Amino acid sequence: MEVPEIDSARCTFCGKCQEICQFNAIAVLPNAALTFPELCHSCGGCFLVCPELALISKQRRIGTVESGARGPVRFTHGQLRVGEALARPLIRRVRQEAGEGGLTIIDAPPGTSCPVLAAVLGSDMVILVTEPTAFGLNDLKLAVAAVRELRLPLGLVINRSDVGDRRVHDYAARENLPIFLEIPFDREVAEVYARGGLLVEELPEWRRMMRSLWERIQEELSGTRSEKLVAGRGISTSATLRTKHA
Amino acid sequence: MHELVVLSGKGGTGKTSLVGALAALERNQVLCDADVDAADLHLLLEPTILERHDFYAGHRAVIREDRCLKCGDCLNWCRFQAIAEDFRVNPLLCEGCGVCWSLCPADAVDFPENLCGEWFFSETRLGPLVHACLGVAAENSGKLVALVRQEARRVAENQGREWIITDGPPGLGCPVIASLGDASAVLIVTEPSVSGQHDLERIAALVDHFRLPSFVLVNKADLHWPSARAIRRFCDLKGYNFLGYLPFTPSFTQAQVEGKTILEYDNNEQIKSVLVGLWEKLRQEIQKQNPS
Repeated sequence: MEVPEIDSARCTFCGKCQEICQFNAIAVLPNAALTFPELCHSCGGCFLVCPELALISKQRRIGTVESGARGPVRFTHGQLRVGEALARPLIRRVRQEAGEGGLTIIDAPPGTSCPVLAAVLGSDMVILVTEPTAFGLNDLKLAVAAVRELRLPLGLVINRSDVGDRRVHDYAARENLPIFLEIPFDREVAEVYARGGLLVEELPEWRRMMRSLWERIQEELSGTRSEKLVAGRGISTSATLRTKHA
Repeated sequence: MHELVVLSGKGGTGKTSLVGALAALERNQVLCDADVDAADLHLLLEPTILERHDFYAGHRAVIREDRCLKCGDCLNWCRFQAIAEDFRVNPLLCEGCGVCWSLCPADAVDFPENLCGEWFFSETRLGPLVHACLGVAAENSGKLVALVRQEARRVAENQGREWIITDGPPGLGCPVIASLGDASAVLIVTEPSVSGQHDLERIAALVDHFRLPSFVLVNKADLHWPSARAIRRFCDLKGYNFLGYLPFTPSFTQAQVEGKTILEYDNNEQIKSVLVGLWEKLRQEIQKQNPS
């Protein structure tokens, strides 16, 4: 991301850059000026106000973006550098790789705060993966509130659907949240996942489940976005927003 | 006084359940729920809220329609695409940088402080609890984490409690960084999978960055022993304190459904003795490293 560096030959220490910076990333002393790049949000305000053009644009590495492919599926992921606080710029960068057309599936971070929003904004549908436990229900309610704030259609997948109680189901019924799929607990799933296997390749039952989930998603989207589908552009983006305990 | 921060990197490893179990064993502690995004510890502890405070942090731009000249400068300046063509600010995209507010030629932008959530001081059957609730889609979770930890510290000092047990946030970003400064030690709860191990490596590197000791526990170890053992070898190689394995048991989920910690829920002697041994080892190591 872009961060400022001060050209001390030009700087007159007027302090305008420090004044506009809301993130305390610049400190101007009587005859020195310092920047703290790790606090910078890259808003560009300091470049706009400097009367001496004494700020030099520098790029700071906050993580890495890697892309690859497996068969017809393109894959991109971002990895924040350890010790780096701001995930949002990296998430935005990863999402740029998606491009237009085709289907994009986003694996979103847990929680409900800024990185989640960066992953979800601009998508066409959100799938919330939850489990029927006290923690699952609590976090699901928070996630539903966040998605509703964005006015996006959403559906639930209840994982380990037979481990807890019925409160998540009751909540879904009360709130009119469609349950797209329920997946019972299965030790084999945990084992395949543990060794890094792909469930749809190793367990035939999962192929069937995922296909029915996908059909259900298409059905829901065609109800709300028929124009887009008819125009043949398909669904540009679809986000998977995981709640924390899923 | 010692603060143990419990982290996991990935979600769903059993971090909060374990914090509950440690609290039931130790008793002389203040509990701190620093997972402010999706706080869950209160579900095990049924707290009675004694104090409730608003949490303000950062600012948000609001354009005043009556003053706006629709010149479009702010649209060009804003790097977060937070201002729409109709000159309305999308509060979810606004990062509070204040560029539009500072530079608007018509002085048409207000920049009020942002209500980001609430924090609470509560009493529970397992001692005092400081917890919080971040507003829906709010920012500044790192600051809220710092605030609940600071309050927990104050309570521990006032009440002369030896331990602070902090249920940390998931991931590796700003809230996690805010949960580490001045802590005594970190307990990383992981699970035996490729992703569990990957997240452990990253979180332990972050803890190293803060020069804090890392203790590692593999939960649900019997779901995949090869991965569980690989995690142990990794810890030995890197010099992280390997604490032990916990077996997979539905009791954790059942206890949670009933709003109890596992030690209050069933008399599974095997789990109980593992947990007792684990906490004993952990507290001795931390006391040895931080004589207070």
